[in-house]
Amino acid sequence: MVLVFLDQSEGQIKKASYEAASYAAKVAEQLGKSAEAIILGSSKDDLSALGKYGIKKVHTVSNDTLNQFDAQIYTKVIAEAASSLNAEVIVLSNTTTGKAIAPRLSVRLKAGLVSGAVALPDTSNGFTVRKSVFSGKAYANIGISTSIKIISLNPNSFTIVEVGGNAEIAALSATVDAPKIEVVSVNKVSGDVPLSEADIVVSGGRGLKGPENWGLVTELAGLLGAATACSRPVADIHWRPHHEHVGQTGLAIAPNLYIAIGISGAIQHLAGVNRSKTIVVINKDPEAPFFKAADYGIVGDAFEVVPKIINAVKKIKGVA
Amino acid sequence: MKILVCISKTPDTTAKIAFSDNNTKFAADGVQWIINPYDEWYALVRAIEIKETDPSTVLHLLNVGNAESEPIIRKALALGGDEAIRVNCDVNDSFTIASQIAAVAKEGNYDLIFTGKETIDYNGSSIGGMVAELLDLPYISHATKFNLEGNGAIVVREIEGGEETDKATLPLVVSCQKGMAEQRIPNMKGIMGARTKPLKVVEAVATDAYTSVVSFDLPPAKAGVKLVDPENAEELVRLLNEEAKAI
Repeated sequence: MVLVFLDQSEGQIKKASYEAASYAAKVAEQLGKSAEAIILGSSKDDLSALGKYGIKKVHTVSNDTLNQFDAQIYTKVIAEAASSLNAEVIVLSNTTTGKAIAPRLSVRLKAGLVSGAVALPDTSNGFTVRKSVFSGKAYANIGISTSIKIISLNPNSFTIVEVGGNAEIAALSATVDAPKIEVVSVNKVSGDVPLSEADIVVSGGRGLKGPENWGLVTELAGLLGAATACSRPVADIHWRPHHEHVGQTGLAIAPNLYIAIGISGAIQHLAGVNRSKTIVVINKDPEAPFFKAADYGIVGDAFEVVPKIINAVKKIKGVA
Repeated sequence: MKILVCISKTPDTTAKIAFSDNNTKFAADGVQWIINPYDEWYALVRAIEIKETDPSTVLHLLNVGNAESEPIIRKALALGGDEAIRVNCDVNDSFTIASQIAAVAKEGNYDLIFTGKETIDYNGSSIGGMVAELLDLPYISHATKFNLEGNGAIVVREIEGGEETDKATLPLVVSCQKGMAEQRIPNMKGIMGARTKPLKVVEAVATDAYTSVVSFDLPPAKAGVKLVDPENAEELVRLLNEEAKAI
């Protein structure tokens, strides 16, 4: 059986977890097994709808302690469930939650882990999983030699396949320890699309000259339903918050579309965005290295070009 | 307070990525090796700051690797730390590395174990969590702020779309990222002092590898940029809509 862990935020299943669910269903199909899911804590979502992604059964573990994420406790509960359900493959999404649990699970279940997977496993000869390495500059095919396998899937790297049907819901009991970590507060940027899961990202660099000009970025992002991001210097001089910094030392993202405005494209910046499907670069310097990594480019002044783009987007979106 | 900081050797951020031996090995010829930036800038510097606040803090650095790691270990010692330990081992599998770290940590009874959030070569984000599980300790990943308070610590960590503040007991494993500290450059006194700091080499404990690299490959080259006339910037939106089907 293939078991997928569904990660929630405020009682709602994350988009990356739906990708993981669909991926788990495909892995199960490949192995001739069934795909089931596990979700911890209370959920506001209709869990039977997971059937749409190929999940046969959703195991729920309800306990007040589990409404707060704790890697140690979550690991114990998932490991116990995986053992009693005889899971052969466990799939998680490679988000901050997945990155905290997957390695612990690997140790607890003596199961080899490939984190940051970008494709379905090759099961023709052993069990090999493709992952992104060298900060997006290469791929590695990693063989797992243990009998239980764990895969954490990079967000935005697997296209959801809808198959229809309803999932069965089953309550699972588990031993839940007292947490050693107390969550004091959670501070979320509400209303925004989380950067790591965003389908479209509009990003700005020093070429925008100052934080007062960020309206161009946020307006375009708003029209496209995109998340906003920035380059490292912009975060370092506090024009934008640190959590928006994408690049080698910031967040690595892989959106469908990445629009870079006034960013030269240093190798460290590219390391965080080079897995984006389509890259658009707007920069007035024709020598900017970013153009080499781009699919579309405009050599021009952002202050003249971006308003034209905003108007054109308004037209196709039917916004007056 | 006893702190263990795990440091890894990685190719420089600007290194050319190529493979040898039928694409099974990283081509290391001419590559400049550095301390993994997350381990150096955030984990190590934050630990040094803690020691600066409380000089009674014992700060040990740990690398799992072969003798080729020694230059980066000396560089780390030049930044700070009392001594370094190298577990003599060829690195290839995260569980093997974590097992070596856990063995050293168990022996040393550390209150805090710091790692970087990931290495810039393997991008596994696995070592901290594995070490924590091997030692049955709590683990906070992607920490952006860390402060000792009372008998425990207050840690801010990144979560999707925001941050979370946690209160944890010690001993504790923390993976560190941007925000924890600012990058430092070793000074001459540090570099001179690092030469005489103890660097202990211990043999690896026996363990099974769970994974192995079958092959590497490079992403296909981009077809090349399609440039749009800035006077006709609207054309970009048409291309993104009709050709790339991205909006």
